[in-house]
Amino acid sequence: MSAALLKIEALNCYFQGLRAVADLGFTVAVGEIKAVIGPNGAGKSTLFNMIAGVTRPTSGHIFFDGDRIDTLPTFARARLGIARTFQNLQIFREMTVLENVVAGCHLRGHAGFTRAILRDRTFRTEERALEEASFELLERFNLVDKAYLPAGALSYGEMKVLELARALAGEPRLLLLDEPTAGLPRAEAEHIEGVVRDLNEQGMTVLLVEHNMRMVMSLSHDILVLNNGVRIAEGSGDEISRHPDVLTAYLGATDDA
Amino acid sequence: MHAATVVQLLVIGVGTGSIYALIALGFNVVFKSTGAMNFAQGEWVVMAGMIAAVSFATINSVALACLAAVLLMTIVGIISERLVIWPLRHPNPLLITLISIGLAICTRSLMMLVLGKRPVGYPGFSKTESLGFWGINVQTQTLWIFGITLVFLFGMHLFFERSMLGKALRAAAADREAAAIVGVKVETTVMLSFAIAAFAGALAGAIITPLTLASYDQGAAFGFKGFSAAMLGGVGSLPGAVVGGLALGLLEAFGSFYISSDFKDAIAFAVLLLVLFVRPSGLLGRAEITKV
Amino acid sequence: MACAPLMNGTRASSHPAGGDQRRLNHTAGRSAAPLLPDHWRLLLFWLVLLTVPFAAPNEYLVSLANLFLINVILIASLNLLMGYGGQISLGHAGFFGLGAYVSGILSAKVGLSAWIGLPAAMLATGLAALVIGVPVLRLRGLYLSMATLGWNAILVVMFNRLVELTGGPNGLLGVAPFSIGGFRLDTDLREFPLVWLVSLLVMLAILHVLHSRFGRALRAVATNELGAEALGIDSARTKLLFFVLSAGMAGIAGSLYVHINQYASPETFSISNSILYVVMVALGGSGTFWGPVLGALIYTAVPQLLLDYEDAELMLFGLGMLIVLIAFPRGLAGVPAALRDWHGGRQARPT
Repeated sequence: MSAALLKIEALNCYFQGLRAVADLGFTVAVGEIKAVIGPNGAGKSTLFNMIAGVTRPTSGHIFFDGDRIDTLPTFARARLGIARTFQNLQIFREMTVLENVVAGCHLRGHAGFTRAILRDRTFRTEERALEEASFELLERFNLVDKAYLPAGALSYGEMKVLELARALAGEPRLLLLDEPTAGLPRAEAEHIEGVVRDLNEQGMTVLLVEHNMRMVMSLSHDILVLNNGVRIAEGSGDEISRHPDVLTAYLGATDDA
Repeated sequence: MHAATVVQLLVIGVGTGSIYALIALGFNVVFKSTGAMNFAQGEWVVMAGMIAAVSFATINSVALACLAAVLLMTIVGIISERLVIWPLRHPNPLLITLISIGLAICTRSLMMLVLGKRPVGYPGFSKTESLGFWGINVQTQTLWIFGITLVFLFGMHLFFERSMLGKALRAAAADREAAAIVGVKVETTVMLSFAIAAFAGALAGAIITPLTLASYDQGAAFGFKGFSAAMLGGVGSLPGAVVGGLALGLLEAFGSFYISSDFKDAIAFAVLLLVLFVRPSGLLGRAEITKV
Repeated sequence: MACAPLMNGTRASSHPAGGDQRRLNHTAGRSAAPLLPDHWRLLLFWLVLLTVPFAAPNEYLVSLANLFLINVILIASLNLLMGYGGQISLGHAGFFGLGAYVSGILSAKVGLSAWIGLPAAMLATGLAALVIGVPVLRLRGLYLSMATLGWNAILVVMFNRLVELTGGPNGLLGVAPFSIGGFRLDTDLREFPLVWLVSLLVMLAILHVLHSRFGRALRAVATNELGAEALGIDSARTKLLFFVLSAGMAGIAGSLYVHINQYASPETFSISNSILYVVMVALGGSGTFWGPVLGALIYTAVPQLLLDYEDAELMLFGLGMLIVLIAFPRGLAGVPAALRDWHGGRQARPT
């Protein structure tokens, strides 16, 4: 098995006495697709927010490629190569579709402020490269025709795809997907599933939160099941679908003698 | 430090502090329901004073004049909201703040054009102008300011804690969507918050004018000091408005006496900057103002 | 940091036929082009302005043109922070004044040349912005507005009270004009080329910075800070950068102002004027490149047109601002686009 890209260690998150995540620990190996599932309120979003840097854990550590990241602000984690999509879309609605993706290329730009003000050749060469890369991404996601429309004019499904494209623009190593197919009709959900699979085949590590069980089973190498902030099972799709605690969590307790 | 001086300064400080508290309260109410800074707040204070003065000149009763002014200004607040906030298709704090700037400018120029540039006033609420006791001199109007402010604050407390309307306002301020789901008419709460803010401002104007006179260009100063008080106490916090207002009033009174009266106006702003740098959430605010 | 080159991989495998052609059409000469459309417009407009000293019937009009160009610098720099960055600064006149006084005092009291005063003014205002900005820009926008308000108020008090240094309420006197060799730029006609050039450079700088990843970062942060941070954008630092930049430009304007008028007085730099600059940004079109030019035009021309009706001026500005903000949120500069949208140009938004 390959090395751990992401490692969660003894993570706790308490909101004023309410336990959101308790003593959680797991790893995501390089090149793996790991899914986090669980009933609503299980702590999945909190976990995601802690990994992304939006919420601070009460205690515990998060390691990315061996380095501790739980004290870093969100943008610093993005700079290390962690990209994410959001459950509630956070695209830039007033900016054009193209601008959204080019904004996503932020970390790939290195021309300094002075060069930007002077607009010299080095700067312009880099701008062209970023724009071309953005166009390629838009093509990959069939959004090229809408490149100059304001992002707010897209349909919900297109916006979700745009957010994914934007997240990829920074050439991340770890992709955190927060319910990427929520609210999408089947065809578009399958399209996203295909994209994630392709990305993974090219080496992308993925951690995703999903409710779409079919997709989770078909896509993930490994599944982590949470309930009430605690891990109740971890393993392959087969293993967890037969796990008694998982069934209890989702279907309710069975009558015992 | 002569005891009498200290007491005298305390009285003055609490007096101006009460005014600042009223203005800060108005500011906070609008802030809570819209997220925006209401620049018209200070202008409403002055306009009330001017209207009261003009009314007094006609009907010769201070009480009625002040009542008329406060009622009229509350209506002005409501009309303002309906005219410039309600029609917005995409309200957001930035836009509403900018609009309130336009509103403030229009209000001020209206005062200037209609009511004139001369400072106007009227006598205090009591026949005797000032009382002397314990070696200090207290304006009776200042006592009125304490009293009326206290009554108003108590009324506000009852309103927000006990009445359905007040609770609806708090609900809408806390979470627009959730409130809308349970049936609170969010648009009406915005209008209501403007009405309350105008009422509070008008009250402040009506009770301070006998001491300071009202003139069309005072609005900015009142407004900014009120904002500073709100920040000091913790923006959005209603008890904070009171604490901040009183604290600011006292700081000004003592500061201008012991440090320098030349720099009196700077005191409010120096305090403001200090708060922003050291404890932005203010004295009573919760420290959750950093992004997400 | 980047490992597997995803871009190349995707292009080879999943490219639909004909995509290359479409892509070439799109990328041809867009934001990476040497000269943007706005470059041409800028050069054209400024070339037209260059005719003013020749076409003007009297020198007064030239002095107005100088004032206009200084106002462009002020309003454009404020627009950068406010329109694109979404931060309302209520202390822009204060920075203007700080620049003016620093440059003026260096000239009147220390005897230094205006050419030293200009960068000194820029440095002073930039530094001041840094000091205020660092603690406050991590917080919500409201706090920056209040901090700039407080700062402007304190500056005005200092301008008024530090009489030995600033001349107090009567103003700072004895400021020398710019001079090249022995040639003093002390008439409006002579000052015009300098103001013309500096304002052009400032507008170019603003244009360039907006069309760079710094400008995109600023707009991203203003639109959605959470989303921006997820892309690796340090929102606090971005806001700080533009706050300092905008203050520095105001400082430049201040230096120009004080050496042209050879005088500065505290009233010019009041909070009321800071608010008026905000009004002009909104009137002209907040967040548009040409809005500030329109705003500066209004700010310079209207008082001249209303000379006899001074009192109505304020009302006009207030009403104008309200109408514009409610009916045309993109400001007057956005009117053409708004009208186009009305007549069914753009796609309808999905529900």
